[in-house]
Amino acid sequence: MSALVLDDVSAEQTDTIRALEAESIQIIREVVAEFDRPALLFSGGKDSAVLLHLALKAMTPAPLPITLLHVDTGHNLPEVIDFRDRIVAEHGLDLVVANVEDWIADGRLQERPDGTRNPLQTVPLLDTVNERRFDALLGGARRDEDRARAKERIFSVRDAFGGWDPRRQRPELWQVYNGRHAPGEHTRVFPISNWTELDVWHYIDIESVELPSIYYAHERPVWLRDGMWMTPGPWGQPAEGDELLVKRPLPDGG
Amino acid sequence: MTATTLPLTSTGPQDEVRPQLRLVVAGSVDDGKSTLVGRLLYDTKSILADQYDAIEAASKRRGAQEVDLALLTDGLRAEREQGITIDVAYRYFTTPARSFILADTPGHTQYTRNTVTGASTADAALILVDVRNGALVQTRRHAAVMALLRVPHVIFAVNKMDAVDWSEERFEEIADQIREIGERLGIEDVRIVPISALTGENVASSTASDGTKAGTWHDGPPLLDILENLDVQAVEQSLPFRFPVQLVIRPRTAEHPDYRGLAGRVSSGRVALGDKVTAHPSGLTSTVTGIDSPQGPLAQAQAGDSVTVLLRDELDVGRGEVLTTPEEPSRTIDEIEGVVAWLDERPSRHNARLLVKVGTKVVRGLLTTVRGHWDVDSLAWTNPGADVALNDIARITVRLSEPVAVDDYATDRSTGAFLLIDPPTGATLAAGMVGDPLAGAPIAAEIEEDDDEDWLGAGSSI
Repeated sequence: MSALVLDDVSAEQTDTIRALEAESIQIIREVVAEFDRPALLFSGGKDSAVLLHLALKAMTPAPLPITLLHVDTGHNLPEVIDFRDRIVAEHGLDLVVANVEDWIADGRLQERPDGTRNPLQTVPLLDTVNERRFDALLGGARRDEDRARAKERIFSVRDAFGGWDPRRQRPELWQVYNGRHAPGEHTRVFPISNWTELDVWHYIDIESVELPSIYYAHERPVWLRDGMWMTPGPWGQPAEGDELLVKRPLPDGG
Repeated sequence: MTATTLPLTSTGPQDEVRPQLRLVVAGSVDDGKSTLVGRLLYDTKSILADQYDAIEAASKRRGAQEVDLALLTDGLRAEREQGITIDVAYRYFTTPARSFILADTPGHTQYTRNTVTGASTADAALILVDVRNGALVQTRRHAAVMALLRVPHVIFAVNKMDAVDWSEERFEEIADQIREIGERLGIEDVRIVPISALTGENVASSTASDGTKAGTWHDGPPLLDILENLDVQAVEQSLPFRFPVQLVIRPRTAEHPDYRGLAGRVSSGRVALGDKVTAHPSGLTSTVTGIDSPQGPLAQAQAGDSVTVLLRDELDVGRGEVLTTPEEPSRTIDEIEGVVAWLDERPSRHNARLLVKVGTKVVRGLLTTVRGHWDVDSLAWTNPGADVALNDIARITVRLSEPVAVDDYATDRSTGAFLLIDPPTGATLAAGMVGDPLAGAPIAAEIEEDDDEDWLGAGSSI
């Protein structure tokens, strides 16, 4: 039972998706050909699941010569971690996990007062990139995600601090990608830049891309905090007086 | 497995399916480009409710009567403060007939760099013209860049028709100016369409968003209809087969001990099982025995498909080679004569050492000659020998350290394209086109005669 209800994918939509797929595979192959130590940022989320699906197809029938990298905040739902580990085992992949917990434990990072760990991911990411000498990071970011991303390149050069210098971003012409970089720098590569949210869901549908079960409607204990339904976990528990309910989320978020 | 049991192509029959359209949009300052892009996004229901609410509130704060759709895409001020100068923005919208990738290029500064970038991947160009101003210098410049990059379809949207009470006479006057520009530049398919991005008339439908129609004389299709019905794959499909090899796939696993496939994306034409192919520059020839695609084995692949080609003979062919049909091979050259658009703040230097990227091959190069600079206003070639600076378009000669396989850009936009790269920083210095990208255009003949007449009255007002 899917929470998201898709109309049948039309011939036009299928054609669009196959064109996007061909473009993404070309980009992934460029990375494999031009970089020595590429990694793929794999969170278990839907965009990274689609990216991995494309990467496996790009190299088939050869094994994937790309390491998976997950910066784990420790605040993931168990279904996502189970999914991650199962996919890695199923395809015999090489996974590196950078646990934000480890950086907090030895003092390289401090927990934030609000408890959120998403902003803490940068340091573990860059430390791992430097330690493993990754020179390309494949990511599942898309230009339609928000207005600020509309000008991001497919090949985005970063300095040793992960910094994005607008002056150093290269114009991208034709299908000729330029991933050259100086030692100590790495390039972020976004093969699904031109996909929309709906393209991703259509592709998941027609390719039967497996996702963590929590993407689909299910019953779960929740409580309401600041207008958002929260589920109990390491990121937080209901405060005294919060009412814990069992709800089944609907596609409209109700 | 025989050929007849395999699907023909990955994308299936093409007859009724209109493939995704990549569109570059250019216009001068205040031509209403942001409003038109906002209008296209809004009228195709590509705007989320909360985005619309936000711009409605912002419009009210500014005291506007109507919702200002330009606010959907305007975000440039902050970016200008950050010093971003390469700022082609990519936007996405879909209609039941087709999906669109729109490259939105700013009109004012850095227009060449941005327009060249947006045009390089475009199937079609949309150039905004303010009906009150007519085809200005900037319109001609944009058209010249689209012609140079050989964008096959160029649509001129004559905007703000509401401001001239949908005057048919005024529209026809401007249409004549545009037709002359298109003819001189040899643009194959020129469309001219009157619109009002503000009211919505003749953008997504022939009437304004309130249902009225002021331009009763106009019975042509609205802009979106034209965009939905452009036939864009025909060119690449009809060209001779070209397949730049990206990498060799050799699993060497127990399951696939002897698999050796050439992975790449068909850039032009098509290839089928049993076809003879030649690799360039090596010149080795073999026969296609397998075509593996993301959907499994195919009998045939066509331009745009990412596939892995299996050959009968184990040729020493890898990244940087181009597979072609033996009947119509590419050219192997060790010196490029071509046209570049300079994209970097640092100008070219005489005898500069560069990297040259052609398809999947990177070789060293020496910029030996600057044969002339293109004056996009007069369309004359001037200043031979002068350094090439940011936003300049110039004819150059680059000597190569080893041979590469190319086509003339005028016949094949993918195998005729190259980049010039700065070796120490890796920066992309220039976008290049092999040969004369304007070949076949009336203006190309004039260029040969070194004609520097003020070709469209660029210096005079219209």
